[in-house]
This record gives sequence, C-alpha cells and structure tokens, in this order.
Amino acid sequence: MTDVLNTMVPDAEATAPAVLSVQGLTVGIGPRKAPKPIVTGISLDLVPGRIHGLAGESGSGKTVSSLAILGLLPANATVGGSITLFDADSNGAGPGGTELIGMRRRALNRIRGRRIAMIFQDPSSSLHPQLTVGSQLTDHVRTHLKLGREAARDRAIELLTRVRVPNPVEALGRYPHQFSGGQRQRIAIAIALACDPVVLLADEPTTALDVTVQAGILHLLRDLADERQLAVLLVTHDLGVMSAIADEVSVMRHGVIVETGPREQIFGAPQHAYTRELLESLPSAQGADTPSAIQKEAGR
Amino acid sequence: MGKNTRATRVHPARAPLGGSPLAGYVLRRLGMSVLLLFGVTLVTFSLANLVPGNPIVAALGEGAASNPATVAAYIEKHGLDQPLPVQYLNYLLNLFQGDMGVSLRTAQPVASDLAKAVPATIEVAIGAIIVSLAVGVALGSLAAYRRGKISDQLVRVLSLIGLSIPTFWMALVSFNFFFLQLRIAPGSGRLSPILSPPPTVTGLYTIDALLAGQWVTFMDAMAHLMLPVFVLSLFTIGLLTRFVRTSVLEVLDADYIRAGRAKGLSGPRMLFGYTLRGASLPILTIVGLAFGSLLSGTVLVEAVFAWPGLGSYAYNSATSLDLPGVMGVGLIVGVIYLGINFAVDLLYGVLDPRVRLA
Repeated sequence: MTDVLNTMVPDAEATAPAVLSVQGLTVGIGPRKAPKPIVTGISLDLVPGRIHGLAGESGSGKTVSSLAILGLLPANATVGGSITLFDADSNGAGPGGTELIGMRRRALNRIRGRRIAMIFQDPSSSLHPQLTVGSQLTDHVRTHLKLGREAARDRAIELLTRVRVPNPVEALGRYPHQFSGGQRQRIAIAIALACDPVVLLADEPTTALDVTVQAGILHLLRDLADERQLAVLLVTHDLGVMSAIADEVSVMRHGVIVETGPREQIFGAPQHAYTRELLESLPSAQGADTPSAIQKEAGR
Repeated sequence: MGKNTRATRVHPARAPLGGSPLAGYVLRRLGMSVLLLFGVTLVTFSLANLVPGNPIVAALGEGAASNPATVAAYIEKHGLDQPLPVQYLNYLLNLFQGDMGVSLRTAQPVASDLAKAVPATIEVAIGAIIVSLAVGVALGSLAAYRRGKISDQLVRVLSLIGLSIPTFWMALVSFNFFFLQLRIAPGSGRLSPILSPPPTVTGLYTIDALLAGQWVTFMDAMAHLMLPVFVLSLFTIGLLTRFVRTSVLEVLDADYIRAGRAKGLSGPRMLFGYTLRGASLPILTIVGLAFGSLLSGTVLVEAVFAWPGLGSYAYNSATSLDLPGVMGVGLIVGVIYLGINFAVDLLYGVLDPRVRLA
C-alpha cells in the first residue's frame, strides 16, 4: 500500500513556486456595513502539479473560499485580502502576478474558465439540462481561444477521450441527463480543462457520486494534475477522499485554517486538536496507515 | 419506426439525435388532441340541447313555428326525431364535411362566416402575443437581474397596473384618447374605408398585403392593428413580466448558471443561451395561457374597435340568440385552444430534451 501511495504522490519536498496565492482572504455576507463574517483570514498556495486539500465540516467556509477565488460569490458578499495569480499567460500579469480581488468583471471573465477553472459538487445540476454536451464543452473554448466550430469540436472530442467518456463523438450530441452521475462529472472535468487552465478548483467533486464511482474521478484528477501540471484545490469534507489524493491538506474551521501540512503529517501526526477530532470521527479511522477502499481503488 | 422507438426507450443513452423519439412524442400528442377534439364537439352539441327555450322556435320564428306542418318538416329535415346519439353522429358527419349549419342572424353558412372572422382575430392575437413576449421577457429579465433595485420595483408596479386595468375600459379610453382626441390612431375596423382588402391567402391583412406587394394596404392594416394590439397586450405583458421575473430569478440561482459564469461566459450567451433557455419552459406555459386569455379578451375589444373578428361574431350571435353561430364559435375556440396546447406541448419537446427523449 505504501508504494501505491508513493507512486501517486510526487516527492513532497519538491516545492515549485505557487501559481495561485491566497493571502489573508476574508469573506463576509450581508449588509456592507455589518457583514456576517464567513471566512476570517485564510492563506494558502496552490502549486502546479499538486493537489491542495481544503477540509472542514459544512459551514466552515471552505466552499465560500473557493467561490471567492473566481469572484462567484453573491452580490451581497464582501471580500478582502489578496488572491494573486502568477501566470505568464494571463493578460497584464507583471512579475508580481495578477490580483483577482477587485478585478473588473470583463477582465475576470478572461480568467474564469481559461486560466482558473472550476468543477462543482453535483454534475447533474451544474450542467445545463437543455444544452448538448458538445455545446457546453465548446462555447467557452470558442470565446476564450477564438477557435472555429470545427477546431473546438475536435478539441472537445479529444477532451472527452482524455476523461474516458465512451463514444466521445456521439456524446457531443447528447444531453447531460443521458449520462450517469460519474460520466457527468467526467464531462464537467472535460469542460473545466477545455481551455488548458493552470488552476482547477474542485468543490466537493465526488460528494454527489456513488462511492464506487468516486475513486475513478479522484484517480482522474490525480492523473490530470500530474500530466498537465495543474494546481488543484480540492474542497471536501470527506477525509477519506482527502487522504487518497491530496498532497497538502489544510483543515478549516469557523472560517480559519487551523492546520496546514503535507498529507502524511495531517493524517499521521495531526498537531491541532480539531484535526485529531476530525480524524477520530472517521468510521474506520482512515489514517494514512489504514487504507480505505477508496485509497486502494484510486491507487490502482 | 415503432421498433426503433422501443429500442431507444430501453437504451435512452443510445437514442439517435432527434428523429424517431421526437416523432413518437408528436404522434402521442396528436392522438391526445384528436380525443380532446371529440370532447369539444360533445360539449358544443350538448350546448344546443341544454339551452333553455325551443331551438325550433328560435330557428323558424314564432309565425312558422305555430304551423305544425312546417315544424314537422323541420324536425324531419334535421333528424330531430331521432335519438340523441344518432343526432350527435349526424352533427359529427356534417362537421366533417365542413357544415356547421346556417347562421340565423347572417343567413350565411356559419363555416364561411367564421372563415372571415377567425383570421381577423388571429391577426390581433398574434400581434398582441409578439408584443407581450418581447416586452414581457425584456422587463421580466431586467427586473430579475436588478432584483430589489428601483428598476425592479418600478417594473413590478407597472406589471401590476397592466394586470389590473380592465381591458374593455382601456379599449374605450384609448380609442377616445388616441383617435377622437389626438387623432393619431386610425379609426375602427381592419382597413380604412377607401382601401379594399388584399387578395386572400392567409386571411391576415398584413401578411396578404405583403404577399401582394401592396405597401399602402400593409401600412394601413398595421396602423389599424396598433391600438387593439396595444390594449389587448397590456394584460398579457403584465402577466408575462411577472412570470418571467420569477422564473429567471429561480434559474439565476441554479448551479448551471454559476458553472456558466465560472467558465467566463457573459453577455448574450449567458442571458439567452443559459438563463432564458433555462427559464423557457415556465415562460412557454404562460404564453399558452396568455393566448387563451387574449381570445376571451378580444370579445369586448373587438366590439369597441368594430373589429370583424371572432369576438364580435360571438358577441353578435349570443345577443341575437343565433344558436348555430354560438355553437360554431364554441367549436372554433375549442379547436384554437387545442391547437395552442398542441403547439405548446410540441415546443416543450423542442426546448427540453428530457421531455423529447423520455
């Protein structure tokens, strides 16, 4: 089992510079004068090729944090702190990177889906039920990359093949409800990857799926992170999922990160009392040394 | 084809695009409409037998009805001595041959009267539905996007006013104001008296005038349409605005809208391709209902504008106890309702693949 994990997780010592850096992010929701604090200052770095897990129970602010990165929070949210994208390809990125907080919507739209992509919890509601898979796979590609219809279609077929959706050519003309949950999430991942982003935000990507399907999706995320040097933020409350594929783990509670560290440390020698509590609450104490079914499956 | 449909039901994932599942859906809906059509004929037939008063007296007049020989001949001719089911069958057979009886008021076959009246009403109703859709969708979406802001409040108040104003009152007031006072609207009817109707193709003067290349007639017909369309559409604009606002608000909360924004989409692609498409089914339902309300709304509006349509015909037939006329109107309105429902059902299938492929 240990070899399997080692082959899955690249050497933890290798630290490339972060491609996305979140510093002191705060989010409040409600009236501008007295917003209710949801996130009270979190910092994390996303590094190419590595999966950063953000764990915590519901209401801890982890989903809100991931939405804040893409500016997708509702209009009554107030965001503070700094989110910097260090990405040579995005417009106007100086040596200091591009600041995403307070960015104009037009500029932000050029980053959304193109440099930073996102997949959501429930693929049956995050895909438009009335649009074909092909149309949802290509509309942003054509906007962002200025590709023609044919080129975008070829790219879509390539992506569906990569995420292992069977019969990709036929799948383009079909609608989301004609696919299983796992296939839908694969399609959502293909959509997210369509413009070759550098950062992928995955908000509970396996929570709405069957346990048997979860492993396949996690395995795919791991492979994609490795082969495309994608920086992944994996938001989940499921520590089993976390222990299977995350390289670094941050544990969040009440809007702050209580502990951050390499996966082995978090699962092997948790420092914070809350982390230990979370680990103990797992059904079979899925620590790093007692592999769960998901770990075995994902590591195959 | 039948085989194919069954195969796609078992393996929906392997359904060929469009094609046979849609055809099956259309056939099912069509069969349903035919059944309902029989229901409509049953209702109009019962109407003739249920109305108080003697239809023979109504048809022949007091004088002739006092002559037993005339009455007997009338009963013989129309088969009124036969049992009701046989009479119903005769009624159906006549209908199939396009015979809806002779109007007591105009002494013309009801079918040919209606052939003139229906297009006049359809023209106003289509005009009103187009205007209502354009204005209602625009205002409703605006209000939803600017929820809680002043523009939203304003739109909501305006739509409530549109819903609350009685159509007949608005018809009278606007006729008085725009025609009698300001003299910017043309008078009543479908065309100015000096113009003759364009050659009949569709029966809609605007379309027929265009087809015949008669620009003057087209502009005149359009000018005559304006006021009735404006009056009729006020209610449906209010109705649509409120429903569009609600459905768009609901859709704006949907995950797929957030996912679309996360893809960096914006502008028309987001508004039409994602948001309004998502809200299209409830909007379509309301458009179908609104069309129905337009048909009932035309009765009084047509009376005010002397519009020679179905509404005027229904009004005149009813007030002069013209039973064949009333039955004819009842039947044709039922058929139009069925047609609208059928069209709405088909459009559900077009707009929502889950309906089409289920």
